[in-house]
Amino acid sequence: TIGTTLKPVSAGLKQGQITPTELCQKCLSMIKKTKFLNAYITVTEEEALKQAEESEKRYAKGQPLGDLDGIPVAIKDNFSTSAIETTCGSNMLKGYVPPYNATVVQKLFDQGALLMGKTNLDEFAMGSGSTDGVFGPVKNPWSYSKQYREKRKQKPHGENEDSDWLITGGSSGGSAAAVSAFTCFAALGSDTGGSTRNPAAQCGLVGVKPSYGLVSRHGLIPLVNSMDVPGILTRCVDDAAVVLGVLAGHDPKDSTTIQDPVKPFLLPSLTDVSKLCIGIPKEYLVPELSSEVQSLWTKAADLFESRGAKVIEVSLPHTSYSIVCYHVLCTSEVASNMARFDGLEYGHRCDIDVSTEAMYAATRREGFNDVVRGRILSGNFFLLKENYETYFIKAQKVRRLIANDFVNVFNSGVDVLLTPTTLSEAVPYLEFIKEDNRTRSAQDDIFTQAVNMAGLPAISVPMALSNQGLPIGLQFIGRAFCDQQLLTVAKWFEKQVQFPVIQLQGLMDDCSAIFENEKLASVSLKH
Amino acid sequence: MAAPMLRWGCAGRRWAFACVDGGSRHGLGARNDFTLSGMRGQSSLALQPLITAQKPRKGEHEWAAVVGLEIHAQISSNSKLFSGSQVHFAAPPNSLVSFFDASLPGTLPVLNRRCVEAAVMTGLALNCRINKKSLFDRKHYFYADLPAGYQITQQRLPIAVNGSLTYGVCLGKKRRQVITKMVRIKQIQLEQDSGKSLHDDLRSQTLIDLNRAGVGLLEVVMEPDMTCGEEAATAVRELQLILQALGTSQANMADYEIQRQINELENGGEILNETRSFDSTLGCTVPMRDKEGKQDYRFMPEPNLPPLVLYDAASLPAGADSRQVINIDYIRERLPELPSVTREKLIEQYGMLPEHSFTLLNEAGLLEFFQNVIKETRAEPKVVTSWVLNIFLGYLKQQSLAVSESPITPSALAELLTLLDHKVISSSAAKQVFEELWKSKSKTAAQIVSEKKLELMQDLEALEQLCQAIMEGHPQVVMDLKKGNLKAINKLIGLVRKATLDRADPTVIKKILEEKLSS
Repeated sequence: TIGTTLKPVSAGLKQGQITPTELCQKCLSMIKKTKFLNAYITVTEEEALKQAEESEKRYAKGQPLGDLDGIPVAIKDNFSTSAIETTCGSNMLKGYVPPYNATVVQKLFDQGALLMGKTNLDEFAMGSGSTDGVFGPVKNPWSYSKQYREKRKQKPHGENEDSDWLITGGSSGGSAAAVSAFTCFAALGSDTGGSTRNPAAQCGLVGVKPSYGLVSRHGLIPLVNSMDVPGILTRCVDDAAVVLGVLAGHDPKDSTTIQDPVKPFLLPSLTDVSKLCIGIPKEYLVPELSSEVQSLWTKAADLFESRGAKVIEVSLPHTSYSIVCYHVLCTSEVASNMARFDGLEYGHRCDIDVSTEAMYAATRREGFNDVVRGRILSGNFFLLKENYETYFIKAQKVRRLIANDFVNVFNSGVDVLLTPTTLSEAVPYLEFIKEDNRTRSAQDDIFTQAVNMAGLPAISVPMALSNQGLPIGLQFIGRAFCDQQLLTVAKWFEKQVQFPVIQLQGLMDDCSAIFENEKLASVSLKH
Repeated sequence: MAAPMLRWGCAGRRWAFACVDGGSRHGLGARNDFTLSGMRGQSSLALQPLITAQKPRKGEHEWAAVVGLEIHAQISSNSKLFSGSQVHFAAPPNSLVSFFDASLPGTLPVLNRRCVEAAVMTGLALNCRINKKSLFDRKHYFYADLPAGYQITQQRLPIAVNGSLTYGVCLGKKRRQVITKMVRIKQIQLEQDSGKSLHDDLRSQTLIDLNRAGVGLLEVVMEPDMTCGEEAATAVRELQLILQALGTSQANMADYEIQRQINELENGGEILNETRSFDSTLGCTVPMRDKEGKQDYRFMPEPNLPPLVLYDAASLPAGADSRQVINIDYIRERLPELPSVTREKLIEQYGMLPEHSFTLLNEAGLLEFFQNVIKETRAEPKVVTSWVLNIFLGYLKQQSLAVSESPITPSALAELLTLLDHKVISSSAAKQVFEELWKSKSKTAAQIVSEKKLELMQDLEALEQLCQAIMEGHPQVVMDLKKGNLKAINKLIGLVRKATLDRADPTVIKKILEEKLSS
């Protein structure tokens, strides 16, 4: 039987129970059935089938490239893909076809992975809902899950059910929806302030933000170079470890990647957590935190404690300054990084040609949405000579303090920090857009962006469903470059909590085969 | 940092000073400023009345100039500063452009080791302190040939600081007095060059060539220690020689700027804080266009490049991969000979005058020419020096030729000087041969000598007879001589030379004449 996680499906491919082409076609058919989710900007059906064919030949020879050979994956549309349009969800890059693959994309291809398509996002990854891209918002598959629908029936609801769909979180919402709706087995997101972990939590997935410098950023169209990392979205921790193992390591094209060789990520199944010390940062208990998330957080801490782990309250004293500091540094780098989009070398160019300056201005006005333009303006403001000390330099100092907070906590003997990933479960789109992008980002990145400023690895693991039947995830934060230890703890936790699998049967009747198998897989996890 | 400015002297201060525009306006400078063989420069200077603290009325005071310079030298490397694109000058437009050079989104800079080594070498040659840790920054401005919208440079912490450049200024009527001067080097920074914009006014289009975009530059910032354009030009020439000795390129500086500012001030105008560039066609400096109104480069650390860390023998980590680290001491030990040392050697080895050693080095290729001549002739070094610097260089200058374009090879000159040294020909005949050699490459000096019958008369007996005949023909002169007018002998010598068609050695003639007169 073929499960819905990597290991069993990879075994199925090796044993010939299913061929890469069959698997690819199943996923393509899922993509078509879930088109309304708007998870994909570009579906690369032809490429996927061609890759599947190649993979099939390798399996026939008994020479697959690795665990990812023949495995359908999706990639956020801010990773450069050779000969495949890469838009960043922006008018600015509509029609832009990169001539090269991002290093992480190439690494997946080198392992034989099949590219199903490029996934939707907030424009240039600036957002936390996947609602602010030029290709429209992404819908959370859980909006259509049996779990959520059943809960909703019990409550009196507005007549217009279809407009009540939930957001995925973001900015990697397309990748999250793609994995969550079984259109692929793993997807690449990017994570600058929480963009992988946030949608992972809201879509019931595992979302990994590796240590800064562990995975190459070459080819990832930058948001904030000093914080960006490629993220991984999968349905279980083991799958994320497999993908991270493939992606990790030095890249001569990215000078910020570590020089030391990286060992493969093999996750031992922990049985004993008594030597672990779990830190609970007290500053993360904020008034805005929903009581449900708070109680699950407590429950998780209790779980560790009950199994013998040392669970202690710790302090990250500069946490409250973090989001403001993030805003200054993020917008400053955005202002710089977006300067290249001038309509000359690539991307959108306006029709105005009275002067180069007029062309720049109109091109950028037409190419960027209000969110991007707003961040460019703020960033340039912070970088002005007269403001530089007051804002940028100060923010850099605060960033250092925030990073030191983590160092101090880890030096005191804490192995892993346990925090919420988001304030609450996914909210309906109509609810979400009541606030502007900036407000939403400030709220939604609250538990996640400090990790990016400190360059640490973090993972969001789904824990349970809320009263509404929606997923809630918790975040683990590890020491820099101790990604393997972090994932090992996350795997133990995942095994304990037995998060339920999304049930989309009602939605996609004739694709039941894959879901039945998926149930088996979830059962097999219990062993 | 400070901009070039005019500062009025405070009471009690008698010295003038100005600041170099450390704000580093490469962004502007790379546009329409002058480029000569890969080196570009900008001068900033300030003028100051030496006498008073008050702004002088027109014509009342002398002005003293202080000149600071920023020199952009293109690093000679096979590939660009942050990308693998080749560096090449005659390549078709946009044929040497990597994805990074075109600023394709997602591309990242990777520092070129060769460029770092070039910067370290230059820093060491200029007596700088090499920073073991230096940083890269982004300098933002919108310009069509700057694809990323920013230039990567070293604003906060450059690779080398606090150096000095010693140069010699020739003084005196005949410029025979060489005075050693020194200019402080504020810093040397690594930065990217921009592309080129070509404006097509006819179609009102701008064409962009990115071949040069991203080529490594060394920006050498000199303190305003120089007092005139000539000093500045000499300092730049010395820098150029040093860079060439190390393996970099050439420059030329405009002397025009100082006179312009003096005129401006004399006319009651004020010197604006502006960057001007030298237009080599117009022969004057022109204000550079202000592209963004008030320039604020919004400097920001380059997040994609970790700090550049250099090592010395003491700090080198054990077992470090030599391809991954740069050892300052290793580079120091292998520095090539610098021009000042070369000059000292010339003075010592050939008994050359200091000003001659300067001339030999200042003219591209002249030293090599000189050394090749010396190798092939036994003529006295002083004779060779004199011929190379006076006659050979004179001919070149007259026809505006470079040494490399000379019609005369070092071997040909060496052969000629050997003939002279062996007294086969007289020095005036030698000059005649030289002129012939210059005109016709196909003939050797010996051929010309024999064709034109320019050999010195070797037949002593015949010469004696001739002397006798001349003496007999001019008894009055002989009488004068015998009366004690010793100078009269020159007349006789001249007559003998004329009679030999200038083929006799005047010293030999003199000797014969003296013998005959005393007998």
